Amino acid sequence: MGEIWQGLVAGLWLVVTMDADLVNITLRSLQVTLSAVVIASAIGLPFGAWLAIRRFRHRRTTIALLNALMGLPPVVVGLVVYLLLSRSGPFGVFGLLFTPTAMIIAQVIIITPLIASIAHQAVRDLWAEYHDLLLSFSTTKRQRIMTLLWDGRRALMTASLAGFGRAIGEVGAIMIVGGNIDNATRVLTTAIALETGKGDFALALGLGFVLIGLAIAVNIATHMIGRTESEGKW
Amino acid sequence: MVKPILPLTMKGGVIKRRGKILLGPVDFTVSAQGFTIVMGPNGAGKTTLLRALHGLEKLAAGRVDWQVPVADTLQRQAFVFQTPIMLRRSVRDNLAYPLILHGMPKAQAHAMAADWAARVGLGAALDQQAPRLSGGEKQKLALARALMRNPDIVFLDEPCASLDGRATREIETILKTAQADGTRILMSTHDIGQAKRLASDIVFLMHGQIIETAQAQAFFNAPKTRQAAALLKGEIVE
Repeated sequence: MGEIWQGLVAGLWLVVTMDADLVNITLRSLQVTLSAVVIASAIGLPFGAWLAIRRFRHRRTTIALLNALMGLPPVVVGLVVYLLLSRSGPFGVFGLLFTPTAMIIAQVIIITPLIASIAHQAVRDLWAEYHDLLLSFSTTKRQRIMTLLWDGRRALMTASLAGFGRAIGEVGAIMIVGGNIDNATRVLTTAIALETGKGDFALALGLGFVLIGLAIAVNIATHMIGRTESEGKW
Repeated sequence: MVKPILPLTMKGGVIKRRGKILLGPVDFTVSAQGFTIVMGPNGAGKTTLLRALHGLEKLAAGRVDWQVPVADTLQRQAFVFQTPIMLRRSVRDNLAYPLILHGMPKAQAHAMAADWAARVGLGAALDQQAPRLSGGEKQKLALARALMRNPDIVFLDEPCASLDGRATREIETILKTAQADGTRILMSTHDIGQAKRLASDIVFLMHGQIIETAQAQAFFNAPKTRQAAALLKGEIVE
């Protein structure tokens, strides 16, 4: 209990004093995670919508596979991305290993299925509601997808936020492909792992509380910007 | 000069669902003018017939022919559903949606939306979320959304089925005005009184087959089939 209290105090102290390392690590966490969420949303949201309206032969298998990929083990993703980006790998020539870009790639792979799957479910319900109307207006497939994404945007925001939640707390994959290098690829989760390993539980907990605070703040900010839960909005 | 899309003809039209025939075979022609009411008991195939003519149902057999290629009819026909489908947007955006979809500049579409909202008595509700409107208001919005594109023909599937008297009267007034302006109307209804008020001709369906077509006055005065006669007497028709 004492360590939790100390952690809380340490976390508060780091925030109040605007500790340079903390700010650096936090900004990098945000940069990596938000980049991954934007890219994964750009892929996952339209794909989920497309999957909801399109009928094709192996649709059920694709949906089942997508749902299964939501549970993709981050460590395995990290390992695969590591092998692909390492010097001897097919993309080694780009020199991306142990850079924030590698971390973003790993996170995109982890959260895209999650975002696409939630988007698919949200859009499927909306598509059931809009189906006849959009067909009656003789819309193209692209127009249907755009309409469903726009009108379902508040539900789809939840999909992106779920992706953010998974990515901001992810440690296994980004530790492998990022390497937890100080001032280069260290983020909140890898810093917590490091401090725990060093036995500095108070600092690790402090960083943990900052991480939780960050996740809550981003969620609240997103809801406020999206004006969810306001009168007559979806 | 724009080539007319009507008459519309269905030849041997059959609609099946899970192997069961819902409609047909039906041979039916929608002439260029008039207000046709499709009548029949529940499950007769009224909705299916309208949906098939509009292109929302895939024919298992037969064909639907317009006077122009079907691609040229898409912007010139509209459908109003029994339960109005509202986009999760404001009244203004619901009205403007089909116009913007087909290339009208947003400002012009919004101006037209405001004009039509006023025409159907929704002027004060322009910025309200459409799914929050009352049933009658939703149906008026759906009707305005269908008519504002100035279609050659509008299909209406029991548009007043769950509306009160006042809303029904308002809808009927809008429909009469549209017909007077040259829009061909094909509408299904259960309401015999409404059919008497609006119809120029009647199509009577039973078990997915058209069993009687007639001018409205002739149909109500002397129906040719016993089923139609029974329905008009208020009896249960099976």
